[in-house]
Amino acid sequence: MTSNAQATKNSITLKGSAAIVCEYLNYGINSILFQRGIYPPETFVNTQQYGLTILMSKDSKIEEFLRTVLQQTQEWLSKNLLDKISMIITNVHTKEILECWDFRVQNEAGDGTDKESGNPTSSKELKRIQQEIRDVMRQISATVSYLPLLDCICTFDVLIHTVKDCDVPEEWGETEAAFIQNSQAVQLRSFSTGLHKVDTVVNYKMTA
Amino acid sequence: MSQFNYLNDINSFLTMEGEITRGPAPRWQKKMETSTTSLNASTSRSKLSTSYNNSCSSFIGASSKTPSKGLSDARRGRKSPTPSKGARTPGGDRFIPSRSASNFDVAHYLIRQEKKSDPEDEENENSNNQTNSSKTERQKLISESLQLGDLKTQRVLCYQKKAPSAPEFHQNPLRVVYSIQTPQSTKSGARYIPTTSDRILDAPDIINDYYLNLMDWSADNIVTVALGNSVYLWNAGTGNIEQLVEYEEGEHACSLAWIQEGHILALGSNSGTVELWDCSKMKRLRIMEGHAARVGSLAWNSYLVTSGSRDGNIIHHDVRQREHIVGTLSGHTQEVCGLKWSTDGKYLASGGNDNLVNIWAANANGIGTNTEPAYVLNEHQAAVRALAWCPWQPNILATGGGTADRCIKFWNINNGTLLNSVDSKSQVCALLWSKTYKELISAHGYANNQLTVWKYPSMIRQAELTGHTSRVLQIAMSPDGSTVISAGADETLRLWNCFAPDPNQAKKEKAASSKVKPSVFKQSIR
Repeated sequence: MTSNAQATKNSITLKGSAAIVCEYLNYGINSILFQRGIYPPETFVNTQQYGLTILMSKDSKIEEFLRTVLQQTQEWLSKNLLDKISMIITNVHTKEILECWDFRVQNEAGDGTDKESGNPTSSKELKRIQQEIRDVMRQISATVSYLPLLDCICTFDVLIHTVKDCDVPEEWGETEAAFIQNSQAVQLRSFSTGLHKVDTVVNYKMTA
Repeated sequence: MSQFNYLNDINSFLTMEGEITRGPAPRWQKKMETSTTSLNASTSRSKLSTSYNNSCSSFIGASSKTPSKGLSDARRGRKSPTPSKGARTPGGDRFIPSRSASNFDVAHYLIRQEKKSDPEDEENENSNNQTNSSKTERQKLISESLQLGDLKTQRVLCYQKKAPSAPEFHQNPLRVVYSIQTPQSTKSGARYIPTTSDRILDAPDIINDYYLNLMDWSADNIVTVALGNSVYLWNAGTGNIEQLVEYEEGEHACSLAWIQEGHILALGSNSGTVELWDCSKMKRLRIMEGHAARVGSLAWNSYLVTSGSRDGNIIHHDVRQREHIVGTLSGHTQEVCGLKWSTDGKYLASGGNDNLVNIWAANANGIGTNTEPAYVLNEHQAAVRALAWCPWQPNILATGGGTADRCIKFWNINNGTLLNSVDSKSQVCALLWSKTYKELISAHGYANNQLTVWKYPSMIRQAELTGHTSRVLQIAMSPDGSTVISAGADETLRLWNCFAPDPNQAKKEKAASSKVKPSVFKQSIR
């Protein structure tokens, strides 16, 4: 009885893993928006997550945008159709891409199998995953010290790199991959749910 | 059998007429023989050895010479193929790999590639799926490293309803973080700069004229200064003072410039001539004419002395030639009061009373400059007298404007752009870069008549050297770069020990150089 309970407790399904990753993306992207000073700081509110204070945008349009995007991302993630999620920061006036945050997702085998669907599961402790995420979040806030100042009106977008045979839902469109000329990449820590391993890389334009 | 051979050999040598049949074989034959079987070789050797024996008794000069050759050849042939002395590979017949010279990474990669490609070929024939996957994997890796994403197997999707952009009035709050500067009190690398002068010399009758350049310090440690209608030499090492020349009433020197190395002094006069003086002999070498008005600025570039005059012209004089004028530049409409060749001799900067700074690129033939300025810098609002080229960045020029301008500006001469401009709050009379520190010193007029030491590129004021009671006319640096001399309109010359090398720094450098180089292992293992 107890062993059974424990087994259910520590079992992360593909869906759950996708939810964890998307939660991270939500907090990560919001944190980047604040830390990089893309939107006015008055439009952010404090929240506690992962044992950290993270500032989340309270701009309804941004919230709405992120909700829809991340919902779709979660769906794709749970089907293992995703390869990479890029958050790009562009100059509004020149349309130049100034910064690109890549969240590379790698599928992992996990260490168990779901009896119903046959999908792999992971028994990694949630606490440990959140600890790993916290380390990444800390690194994200530390990037301010070396990333160049975004001294212009900026906006952001989320590009989702999916597999070829993925169908495009309504209101979604195909676009080109982001490319920054003369860029410098810094890889931050990675975290893994046991089913998805997420690498966070920031690409930024080198200032002359 | 052998004795017959021997006899035959003797017979063949004794017969003088006819072809030499049994002499040493020609070279090609010997080569053939050595290359054939060992048995053959041994026979030929026996032949040769006999011929040698014969030649030792020396009947015939001709045959005695050639066999000796044959002998050496035979000896060489006798040598075992495993080399000893003349061998190329060290360590004899063993193969000792040189680990430091071999590239293990590449080798490892190539070996793995070979292993990989082999099954691939087979699988290709069977049109197996697995190859494709491994290939795409590789492609993916390549494209990923190119940051382009795998376009063939990937789709890049984005939500059509974009996130809103930041409001127009928004300014990145992080600007504060980036623009903050270390406060003066805690700035690291601050050093002690004595703010009082080391030494004061009298300079009676120095002409108080902003447009003249009346002092220079030579590489031989001699300061020359024009006082009234005389020119004096002051040996900074010995303190010895000599009068170089005393002009007639109404004539005086307007500019003085030492050649980069040596004891030749160029002197521009108020009559428009440029005189060359050999100061070791206190003798005038030549007078070069060309200007219609007084020569207020001079600059040397090896054998070329460039003079700027009140008539607005700049003339290049080749001091080696009889026809000394090799170029005339007329880019200024008023008096040329600042003139400096860049440290690499590729650019000439000239500043004039018309508030312009002209940059002249050196001529393709190496003598003088193009007659059209490469850049005309017109940002200054007053006469530009202070010009200085950065010693560690040859493309950086610092310029300082007069009373109406008061700015020190930094230019990138590669593209003619303004890098920085600092309001010094006072007339900039002269500028010098330090050779020891990333600093520069500027000389000013009203109100404080001070010299200011600036940190470059932050342009933080390091020190204010006060003491002059009237504006500073000219500054010059000692050949060792530690001392600056300033000539003030208050008829004093002041020496400032503002760029003395830091004793701690010198100690550190000494310690660093004496330190043993860390082991290779420590370098590679992090």
